[in-house]
Amino acid sequence: MGAFILRRTGVMILTALCLTFVVFFLTNLFPNLEKLAKTQGNARMTDAEVVSWLDNNGYGGPMILRYGEWLGVVPGWTQVDEETGEITGRCIDFGMDPADAPTRCGLLQGDLGFSTVSDDEVGNIIGGRLQLTGILMFWAFALMVPAALIVGVLAGMREGSRLDRSLSTFSIASTATPEYVSGVIFIVFLASSTAGISGTLTEWGWLGGDGWLGDRNTLFLGSARSAMDGGITFWNFFLPVVTIALYGMGYIARMTRASMAEVMTAQYIRTARLKGVSFRNIVMKHALRNALIAPFTVIMLQFPWLLTGVVIVETLFNYNGFGWTMVQAASNNDIELLLACSIVAVFVVLVTQLISDIGYVFLNPRIRIA
Amino acid sequence: MDPISWTGQFGSFLNPLILASVVIFFVGFATNFVLTIAGVRPGELEIQGDGTMAVNSTPADYALATMKYAVLLFILCLIGYVIGGLVLPTMEQKGIIGAAGQRFLPVWVALIATFILSITFKRRLGLYGKLFDSLIGMIGFGLVMFWVFTAIFSSWVAPFDALDQISALRNKVPGTMAPEGEAFSHYLFGGDRLGRDVFSRMVLGSTYVLQIAPLATLFAFMVGITLGLPAGYIGGKLDTVLTFVANLVLAFPVILLFYLLVTPEIVQAGVPQYMSMVLFLFPIIFLVVLFNSRYHTQPTIRNVLVAVAAIVGFWLYFSLISDRADPDSAVRFWPVALDLFNIPGNLLIVFVSVVFVNSPTVFRIVRGITLDVKTRDYVAAAQTRGEGPWYIMLWEILPNARGPLIVDFCLRIGYTTILLGTLGFFGLGLSPESPDWGSTINEGRRLLTVYPHPALPPALALMSLVLGLNLLADGLREESLKD
Repeated sequence: MGAFILRRTGVMILTALCLTFVVFFLTNLFPNLEKLAKTQGNARMTDAEVVSWLDNNGYGGPMILRYGEWLGVVPGWTQVDEETGEITGRCIDFGMDPADAPTRCGLLQGDLGFSTVSDDEVGNIIGGRLQLTGILMFWAFALMVPAALIVGVLAGMREGSRLDRSLSTFSIASTATPEYVSGVIFIVFLASSTAGISGTLTEWGWLGGDGWLGDRNTLFLGSARSAMDGGITFWNFFLPVVTIALYGMGYIARMTRASMAEVMTAQYIRTARLKGVSFRNIVMKHALRNALIAPFTVIMLQFPWLLTGVVIVETLFNYNGFGWTMVQAASNNDIELLLACSIVAVFVVLVTQLISDIGYVFLNPRIRIA
Repeated sequence: MDPISWTGQFGSFLNPLILASVVIFFVGFATNFVLTIAGVRPGELEIQGDGTMAVNSTPADYALATMKYAVLLFILCLIGYVIGGLVLPTMEQKGIIGAAGQRFLPVWVALIATFILSITFKRRLGLYGKLFDSLIGMIGFGLVMFWVFTAIFSSWVAPFDALDQISALRNKVPGTMAPEGEAFSHYLFGGDRLGRDVFSRMVLGSTYVLQIAPLATLFAFMVGITLGLPAGYIGGKLDTVLTFVANLVLAFPVILLFYLLVTPEIVQAGVPQYMSMVLFLFPIIFLVVLFNSRYHTQPTIRNVLVAVAAIVGFWLYFSLISDRADPDSAVRFWPVALDLFNIPGNLLIVFVSVVFVNSPTVFRIVRGITLDVKTRDYVAAAQTRGEGPWYIMLWEILPNARGPLIVDFCLRIGYTTILLGTLGFFGLGLSPESPDWGSTINEGRRLLTVYPHPALPPALALMSLVLGLNLLADGLREESLKD
C-alpha cells in the first residue's frame, strides 16, 4: 500500500510539472508578452522597445529558466539600471532593499506573483475567491451526492422495473442538460418577474407587494452577487447550486445504478433472498455497502467536471469566485493570475484522482495493488 | 397590431384539453407516488384455475395507465396544433405553434418517411433495425433525426437569414408581425437584441452544430483508435507513455484548455494550427495502415488503395491546414492552385480544440476494450496463423469492439455538442454573430430576466438534441446487449 501511494504521488508530481509547464508555455508565448508589454508600458511601442521592455522586466531569458524562476528552483532575475544604478529584480518588491530580498521566490516559496490587472498579490486574490467557490461547491455536493445515490440505488435495486426506467430516463435527461441550458431555463422560469412561473405568480398577486408568498417579485434570485457579502440565503443561492448539481447528478446516478444492479445479481444476495431476508434488509444491509464502492470513485472524478460547471455557473449568476476569476484572468491576459488559477485547478484534479485511487483500494479489500 | 397567440384558432378547444392532460398527468404521478410509498405493488400475471392468465390490476396500475393516456393526449394536442397550422389559412388562426409547425413541413415529411421505411424493413437492417424495437431508442432517434433534417432543410425552414435585421422588431415578443414587404409575415419566436429572427437563428444554428459535432467526434475516434489499439495490444513502454500523455490532457480542466487554445494571442502564435497538423495526420495514418494490413499479400490492390488513400488524404490535409490567401496564417506553403478549400480560422480552432479534448477519452476506451478482446481465442488463432500485429488490431479486434464504440460515438457527439455550446457560451467559438446555439445563448443571457425569449429556443434546441443522442445511445446499448 505504501509503495503504491508513493508511486502514485510520484506520477502526480510529474503530471503537475508537465501541466504547469504547458500552461506556462502557452501563457508566455511571444504574442502574449507583447500584449502585456503594450498594456503595461505604452500602447504604441515599436518592436525593439517591446523587446527591451521585456528584457528589463525579466521576460527576456529562455522559457525553461523563467519557468524555473516561477517554480522557485532557479534564483530570481535581477537587473541593474545602467543610468541610475537601481537594482530591480523578481524577488525585490517596490521600495525593498535589494540586499534583503530572497534569492528565490516562486511557487515553492509560496510566492505566486503579482496580478497586473487587479494590482494585488495573486495569493491574496486567489484565497478569497477560492473560499467563495468552496461554499458553492460544498452546497452543490451536499445536494448532488445524496440525491444521485438515492436515485441510483432506487433504480438499480430492481433492474428493468418501471421505477428503474423512469429514474434512468431522468438521469439521462439530467446528463443531457449542461449548466448553461439548465441555468437559462431556471432563470427564465423561476427568476424572471415577467415570464415563467414567477411571472404568473406575480400576475396572480401571490408574489410581490402584499402577496402571500412574500414581497419579493420572484421565487428565486437570478444573480448570486448578493450571496458573496450579504450572506447566503435560500433565495439567492438555490438556483446556482441546483444548476451545478443537476448536470453532475445524472452521471453519478447512472454509475450507482450500474453498480447496484451488478451487486443485486451476486450470489450472496441470492443466498440472502433464499434465507428469507426481507427485500428492504437485503438492499439496506447487504447490497448497499458493496454497491457504493464504485460511485465513490466516480464522485471523486467529478471534480474536474464540476470545475467547468463552476466556471459557467459563476459567469451566469455573477458570482465572483474562482471560476469567474479564471475567466477574467484568461480574457485580460493576466498571466500570473491565470498561472495560479491553473495550478489550483490542476492540483484539485490530481489530488481527487489520488484520493479516488487510494480510496478504491482501501474500500475494496478484493483489490490489492502491490 | 397585437402579436398572434401561441395556439391560434384550434387553441379554443385544444388548450383546455392540453391543460387537462397536464393536470391529469400530475395527479396520476402523485397518486402513483403515494401508492408506491404506501407499498401498493403493480399487478402481476396470475394463472387462474382454468389455465388462462389474467393480470390482477391494482390502483397503482390504474394510476400508471392514467399517466400514459395523459401523455398521449398531450402529444395528440400538439399534433392538433401543427395540423391547424397546415390547414388554416391565416396566421392568426394558425397560432405560433401551428405556423412554426408549418415551417417544419419538409422535416415532418422526411421524418415520417424515414420511420415508415425503417419500421417496414427493420428485420433486414441489423442493429439499426433493432433500434425500432425499443421505445427509448425510437424517441432518441426521432429527436436526432428531427435536427438532422432541420439542418438539411434549414434554408427552407428558416424564413429569414441569420443576419437579417428589422430594427422595428428589437426584443419584440414571439408572434410579432413584421413590417410589410419582408420575407415572412411574422417573427415567430420574437426578435433578439439586434432585431434578428430568433426562430430562423435557431434553425440555422442547427447546421453549425450538426456539421461540426459529428465530424469532430469522428476525428477524435480516428486519433483514439489509432493510438489506443497499439497501446492496449502491444502494451509495455508504448502503453505507459501514451497513457501518461492521455491522463495529462484529461487532468486539464476543459475550460482552461479552451481559454488557452482559443485566445487571440495564442492563435496568433499558431498553436492551434500546429496542433491541427498533428491531429489531422491520424485519419490518413489510420486508412493507410488499414488497407496495408488487409491487402499486403495482394500487392496490386494494396498499392492502388494505399496510393488513393494517401494522395486524397494528403491533398485534403494540405488544403485544410495550409492557407496561402491568409497572410496571418502560420502554415502557408501549399500552392493556391491545389488548395481545394479554406476553413475560416475560427472554425478550425474550435474544431481542433474539440478533437483534442475528446481524443484521450476515446483512447482510454479503445485501450480498455483492446485489453479485454486480445485475450480471446480468435486473436490467438490469428496470431498462430502468423498475421501481423496491425492486421490483428484493425481487422480482428476493432470489428469485435464495434458495439461499445458505436454507443460511445453517439454519446460523444452529444458531449461534443455540449462542448461547442460551452465554447459559444464564453464567446470563444465562432464569430459572435454566428447563429450557433452556444453563441446565441451567450448573447441572450445578458437580458435574460427582462427578455427571456431570445435565449430559450437555442437552449431547448441544444437540450433536445443532446437528449436525443443520449436516448439513442441508450437504446442502441440495450439492443446490442440482446445479441
